Amino acid sequence: MGTYSTNEFRSGMKVMLDGEPCAILENEFVKPGKGQAFNRVRLRNLNSGRVWERTFKSGESLEAADVMDHSMEYLYTDGEFWHFMEPDTFEQHQADAKAVGDSAKWLKEQDTVIVTLYNGAPLAVTPPNHVDLEIVETDPGLKGDTANGGTKPATLSTGAVVKVPLFLSTGEVIRVDTRNGEYQGRAKES
Amino acid sequence: MTSSDWRPSATLDAVQQRAELYRGLREFFYQRQVTEVDVPSLSRAAVSDPHIDSINAQVCGEALYLQTSPEFFMKRLLAAGCGDIYSLNKAFRNGEAGRRHNPEFTMLEWYRRGWDDQRLMDEVAELIGACVELSSVQRLSYREVFQRELGLDPHIASVGELQHVARQLCDIQWDDDDRDVWLDVLMTHVIEPGLGDGLVLVYDFPASQAALARLGVDAQGQQVARRFEAYVGGVELANGYWELCDGQEQAQRLQSDLRKRQALDLPQYPVDQHLIEALTAGLPDCAGVALGVDRLLMLTTGINDIRQLLAFPFERV
Repeated sequence: MGTYSTNEFRSGMKVMLDGEPCAILENEFVKPGKGQAFNRVRLRNLNSGRVWERTFKSGESLEAADVMDHSMEYLYTDGEFWHFMEPDTFEQHQADAKAVGDSAKWLKEQDTVIVTLYNGAPLAVTPPNHVDLEIVETDPGLKGDTANGGTKPATLSTGAVVKVPLFLSTGEVIRVDTRNGEYQGRAKES
Repeated sequence: MTSSDWRPSATLDAVQQRAELYRGLREFFYQRQVTEVDVPSLSRAAVSDPHIDSINAQVCGEALYLQTSPEFFMKRLLAAGCGDIYSLNKAFRNGEAGRRHNPEFTMLEWYRRGWDDQRLMDEVAELIGACVELSSVQRLSYREVFQRELGLDPHIASVGELQHVARQLCDIQWDDDDRDVWLDVLMTHVIEPGLGDGLVLVYDFPASQAALARLGVDAQGQQVARRFEAYVGGVELANGYWELCDGQEQAQRLQSDLRKRQALDLPQYPVDQHLIEALTAGLPDCAGVALGVDRLLMLTTGINDIRQLLAFPFERV
């Protein structure tokens, strides 16, 4: 892999810092008119998720991290690993709980997700922004109660629990925004 | 690159506000009988400052440089007998791009004959105050801002002490034995964000950061540079000097800059002999200041990204 200099840093770029793969979130150029130039860089450690800010002298460089996002089909979980497949090559990858993290509750078989590979092994899994999931358990629906805006918890087929309007019942399929866990509406018929 | 990149990134309203600001600035100086001068952007000499990188230009088979400020040309005009003068024009600095920087930007620079830095600070406050409503105006020495924010004296703290404080407050993994680098870290990362909304004029800089300002001695007997910076909302807006008029000392400083450049493995530029000769012929006693006009426009419009104020920022030229 090559290296990137501070003036090439862009948000989304993956670099190695202290031996850890990191994603650059923000790069701010700071310079007193007559003084030393710095880059204040906000990074996310892709292993730990921790975000921090480090100051570099402008012109310093970091090694690029071998981190690539791949679209893959989610196949199944065996309880210990989650299995994904590259649609073109049919190559399969297994991700552990650390890599899957909170995304596990949004993974539905045959959905296409983003698997981030670091040195060829899954580092993180990002579900689609919106997923359609079936309600498997919730309090009985209240017919006609569409106006007052009340909500109740509903457990979905993947185990996720989201707040839904009172009128929804078990067996219905809803659309959820995976970035904030919010109910978006009934899933459209496909 | 997208298909809308031909468009200006500034709103048409911001383009209009820039025009209004320029008109206001010219009126300000017209009222005060300060004459506008037009000086070249291209020069055979480049600035010696190790922290400022000039842009090279090939012109008629010669290697020239785009000016990082109109200072040297304006000083030649002053030495030739021009009175109070100002320039409102482009300046160019390589490698500077970001939320508050663009490699090509607009600089307002002016000189007042017979004035010192303290008197020029009054006028800087008047000019900024004429463009934007200021919640407060404060004058603090470089020592005072460091003592207030960090409890240390920037003129006597050791490099080790400065480094220790900087590392406590910022995640920094590199080393440097230059005191000024650590002072710059503390200034930009800790002190500037704490300067508040109003105008703060910081004066009496460390002698090691004199650049082209003359040296003096403050009330505590400390040798200081008669240099000041103006900050609004913690953003550096202007940098001024009670100008060094001694041609011999000027030549020494340029040589010392060149040695620093050599040590830092930076490009070596020809020394501006015209400037040295002008200073030797006699620069009148004067104070001068350069102000970033795009940053002033950021204040008057409330827009906090310079790229939204430039018709076409670096990315779209």
